[in-house]
Amino acid sequence: MSARDSGILLKAEGVHKRFGDHVVLAGADLEVPRGSVVTVLGRSGTGKSVFLKCLAGILTPEAGSMRFDGAALDQGDAAARAEFRRRCGYLFQSNALFDSLTALENVVLPLEQTTDLPDKEIQERGMEALRQLDLEAHRDRHPAELSGGMQKRLALARAIVTRPELVLFDEPTAGLDPLRRNAVFTMIAKYQRQFSFTAVIVTHDVAEALVASDSVALLDGGRMRFQGAPAAFSASDDPVVKGFRDSAAALSETLHALRRGENIESDES
Amino acid sequence: MLRALGRHTLSIVHDLGDYALFTTRAFGAVMRTRRLGRRLARSVYEQGARCLPVILVVGLFTGLVLGLQGYYVLNRFGSEGLLGTLVSLTLVRELGPVLAALMLVGQAGSALAAELGIQRNSEQIAALETMGVGTHGYLVTPRVVSALLVYPMQAALFVCVGLVGGALSGSWLLGLSPGVYWSAVERALEPRDVSQCLTKAAVFGLLTISLCAYHGFNTHRLRSATGARAVSASTTRAVVQSSIVVLCADYVITSFFV
Amino acid sequence: MKAPRLELLTGLFVLLGIAAIGWLTVKLGARALVGGDTYVIEARFDNAGGLNAGSNVVVAGVPVGRVESIRVDEADFSAIATLRVLAGLKLPSDTMASIKTTGLIGDKYVALSPGADESTLSPGERITMTESSVDLESLIGKMAFGSLDKDSPE
Repeated sequence: MSARDSGILLKAEGVHKRFGDHVVLAGADLEVPRGSVVTVLGRSGTGKSVFLKCLAGILTPEAGSMRFDGAALDQGDAAARAEFRRRCGYLFQSNALFDSLTALENVVLPLEQTTDLPDKEIQERGMEALRQLDLEAHRDRHPAELSGGMQKRLALARAIVTRPELVLFDEPTAGLDPLRRNAVFTMIAKYQRQFSFTAVIVTHDVAEALVASDSVALLDGGRMRFQGAPAAFSASDDPVVKGFRDSAAALSETLHALRRGENIESDES
Repeated sequence: MLRALGRHTLSIVHDLGDYALFTTRAFGAVMRTRRLGRRLARSVYEQGARCLPVILVVGLFTGLVLGLQGYYVLNRFGSEGLLGTLVSLTLVRELGPVLAALMLVGQAGSALAAELGIQRNSEQIAALETMGVGTHGYLVTPRVVSALLVYPMQAALFVCVGLVGGALSGSWLLGLSPGVYWSAVERALEPRDVSQCLTKAAVFGLLTISLCAYHGFNTHRLRSATGARAVSASTTRAVVQSSIVVLCADYVITSFFV
Repeated sequence: MKAPRLELLTGLFVLLGIAAIGWLTVKLGARALVGGDTYVIEARFDNAGGLNAGSNVVVAGVPVGRVESIRVDEADFSAIATLRVLAGLKLPSDTMASIKTTGLIGDKYVALSPGADESTLSPGERITMTESSVDLESLIGKMAFGSLDKDSPE
């Protein structure tokens, strides 16, 4: 590995974001080493997706600095932003597939619109991406005709067809049953190795995250409460980390308390 | 009260500026958009071929009615020979471009606003942004450019079938000689009338399609509604405002030409 | 919708549209362009009311040109109409111009009645033998009062 390869690919510091009076991010930081899988954990509604969207540039944070591959990434710097977008893929929670286009058309769209490759090569690369994600047979189907898992794969195919160095995953497992959750994490891990991209995954599935990632971060109260290796996360005695990690245990405690007839205050906002 | 008025005025000015910027950006993206031709062809299909039946039907019936009404009015003065003049001037100067534009707003404009609204809602537009695809160039530019070409064509087609409709009701139903009708049409029309017709149609196309695209594209900015309601609200707004804009612009352009 | 069908329909529409625009502009709208060379003569009228730029100029009922412009002669406040007529038409210099109306309330046009003179009008020359617009109101008035005059002595 060269010195450059071992460096930090993406670094965000002090990201602030608010919607009206509602402060969502109050100085969130994240370090993403090149070639690693970084998972951002947090309860629902803590602004994980907002944080990811700020990283991707879909939302504009009020404050904060970002560096991508050693270069500063200012919101106002259109050229740097365009360069970043070219090298970054994004997987939406809702997949955000183009529902009036076929699977193949979905995949080739970023190539058609952002590169000057000849049509033939674009089609080939689109088919290659479909093949790698086992969607070859469904090239002429529309997203609505595909199952949820296929849609997820199709969205991933579209995100990686431009061969990005960094792929951002927004809640890839939201609303899936445990089996599917496993499948999605397996898929990410598999293609992460196959295409050797760096991944940032936002999720609230602790167990899967601890197994699948190289680094885990916990977003709480608009800041990163923790970032470190999964082992450190498991061993941390920070109360919030513990609370989050042991949420399943906490749930059973709460339920027991409820059964006992105690008055439990919900801390879910 | 006074403050509310001021705030309202400011927000209108802000929206107008925003809309103007939106349209300018669509044109600015003409050179930067890759494979624009293909998108353009698709838009020409959407606004052209798909809306043609309605244009032809409405045009024909407009002509038929003009022929009937005109005939009875002119008959009182014994000037049935002027039927061609009446039908052709009415169609070419006013009804052709205006009615064609209104029909296109109803069919292509509303479809465009709803499509963009749904794409905005389902994060498809955000997805384009993350891919680095110029959203204006990909979604708006082909529509607006094609409107500049398609609207005049549709207006011309509307006028042509309308003239035929006038001839039909004049000669078929009422016994006016077709020769008298067509020669009156030819005598009445001047190059200026035709250029007025085409100019109007192009301006209407630019204004309405960009307005519909603007409302669909900015569905997420609606304060009053979210989700499916926001799409329906922005589509309604797009159609209503476009229709008003057509009639206002028609007055302005007519006053320039007369 | 399959791509070839889409392309076919789009192409068909474009063809139709261009044909329609072409028909309007060439066949109907731009008669000034067809007919070849033209030249200009002027006609002086006492009253050119109702005549417009673009009105027809006819000889024996056949359109041979159009009124190009109308202005007021500053010397005697008469109306000077500039007529553009086909070059092939050699009009005798004693041609008479009159403003007529199609039907009772129709368009005004200029009717030229060629005389018998040997010499012809050259471009820019002025016809002075003219009949002005018939003022419908005064005509009706005249008829009404005329019949009164006739009846009253008896």
